[in-house]
Amino acid sequence: MSKSKKIQWTRKHLIGISDLSREEIEFILDTAQGFEKFSTRSIKKVPTLRGKVVVNMFFEDSTRTRNSFTLAASRLSADVIEFTKKSSSVSKGETLIDTAQNLEAMGIDIVVIRHNAGGAPKLLSRSINACVVNAGDGFHEHPTQALLDVYTIRQERGSLDGLKIGIVGDIAHSRVARSDIYAMTKLGAEVTLIGPPTLMPASVKDLPVNVSYSLDDVIEDLDVINMLRIQFERMGGNPFPSVREYSHYFGLTADRIKRAKSDIIVMHPGPINRGLEIESEVADGPNSVILKQVANGLAVRMAVLFLVNQAAVSEGRRN
Amino acid sequence: MEILLNAEQINDVIGQIVEQIRSDIPADTDVAIIGIRSRGEILAQRLQSTLEDYFSGGILNGTLDITLYRDDVNEPKEVQPTVRSTEIDFDITDKLVLLVDDVLHTGRSIRAAMDALIDLGRPRLMRLAVLVDRGHHEYPISADYVGLKTDVDESKLVSVHFIETDEKDRVIIKS
Repeated sequence: MSKSKKIQWTRKHLIGISDLSREEIEFILDTAQGFEKFSTRSIKKVPTLRGKVVVNMFFEDSTRTRNSFTLAASRLSADVIEFTKKSSSVSKGETLIDTAQNLEAMGIDIVVIRHNAGGAPKLLSRSINACVVNAGDGFHEHPTQALLDVYTIRQERGSLDGLKIGIVGDIAHSRVARSDIYAMTKLGAEVTLIGPPTLMPASVKDLPVNVSYSLDDVIEDLDVINMLRIQFERMGGNPFPSVREYSHYFGLTADRIKRAKSDIIVMHPGPINRGLEIESEVADGPNSVILKQVANGLAVRMAVLFLVNQAAVSEGRRN
Repeated sequence: MEILLNAEQINDVIGQIVEQIRSDIPADTDVAIIGIRSRGEILAQRLQSTLEDYFSGGILNGTLDITLYRDDVNEPKEVQPTVRSTEIDFDITDKLVLLVDDVLHTGRSIRAAMDALIDLGRPRLMRLAVLVDRGHHEYPISADYVGLKTDVDESKLVSVHFIETDEKDRVIIKS
């Protein structure tokens, strides 16, 4: 694994991977390594963020990400407030700023936000002094998911340099895909988006990626395959004729994986639609790192909470 | 810059630490040597290689990163601390843990190290070995095995260099 380079971390907000340099991404991953073995310790907590308050503001449903952030904050000894949206009748901008000011009044230190509107975390970061961590905003970014994805690949292969990575499925509706593309290409991988044209984003030609409309054409070349979930809840019309047809062309089946490299890394950000984008035999098979991704997510989120707080501490010094 | 110890003198004082340990800890003790990152880690390795034959049950070894336990972690400082991994792949409970660091100064690192270790288990005994005790302790902590005990002016910095990370073995005083 690469020798840890020491940099001064100055970002008190984590909004998107597109903002980060390769060195910054690697620094987060190196820091996360220090948090990796916590789950096997007899006492799984450290006192680092004792007395700090982390607010989980989730305007959209989430199981994995939300619980992962809650556990990460708890393991750093921070207090966690869970904030949930009750109704969506108020306009987004007003709700956010209003909420933010109320939170500030309670003396909070870090806000973890998931919102259905892209740009909401950025807006929030301009309105409050606390650190803001993006836990997924609209179709924009999901930076901690991308960080745990590249962390997992680095753990398996040592480096992403020169790896061929396929991201398959619903790219258009996927903030994970967007963050992954930035993180993976910045770390030296070659990314191919694979799916039907109806699920490709309009902006695909501006991204540093290859595009393929056939999984069978490219599967033999891939070192890593990341299967995205079909996000029915975000789709207006019908992007493909039938689920069965999608599955036939783009599902990761046991037959299809036999044609891939024997050590291909199979990833999925969850939640899985078993039998749709991935067959159970593959999701639970020897190439799958899906549960490692979840475990690594915890280490990566601990690192992110630690670093944004460090940046806030340093900012206090400059003032 | 003033040289406090050269390479040969470092060898000698490590020999003295080893002698102190041999006369104090019985050979049949269940012992684990744990070095504090990063120079304590190297000193721990050297102590282990010298003491390997002495302890009949062998020596376990590990490395401790104390960043997350530092009492100044939420204080603004010149250089941000870097978190690295703690590598202790065994249960420290009921063992004699020999904690190793390069320099004992304020005692704050050792306080952090003790807290970090206690979160991993409950040692039977904990002992501290340092290459240099330079004085000016701020916490009620002292070392059990000391290579060189000296009084260095509080405004100065004692810096240990090891060949593994710094090209040569020496201990210097910087103002």
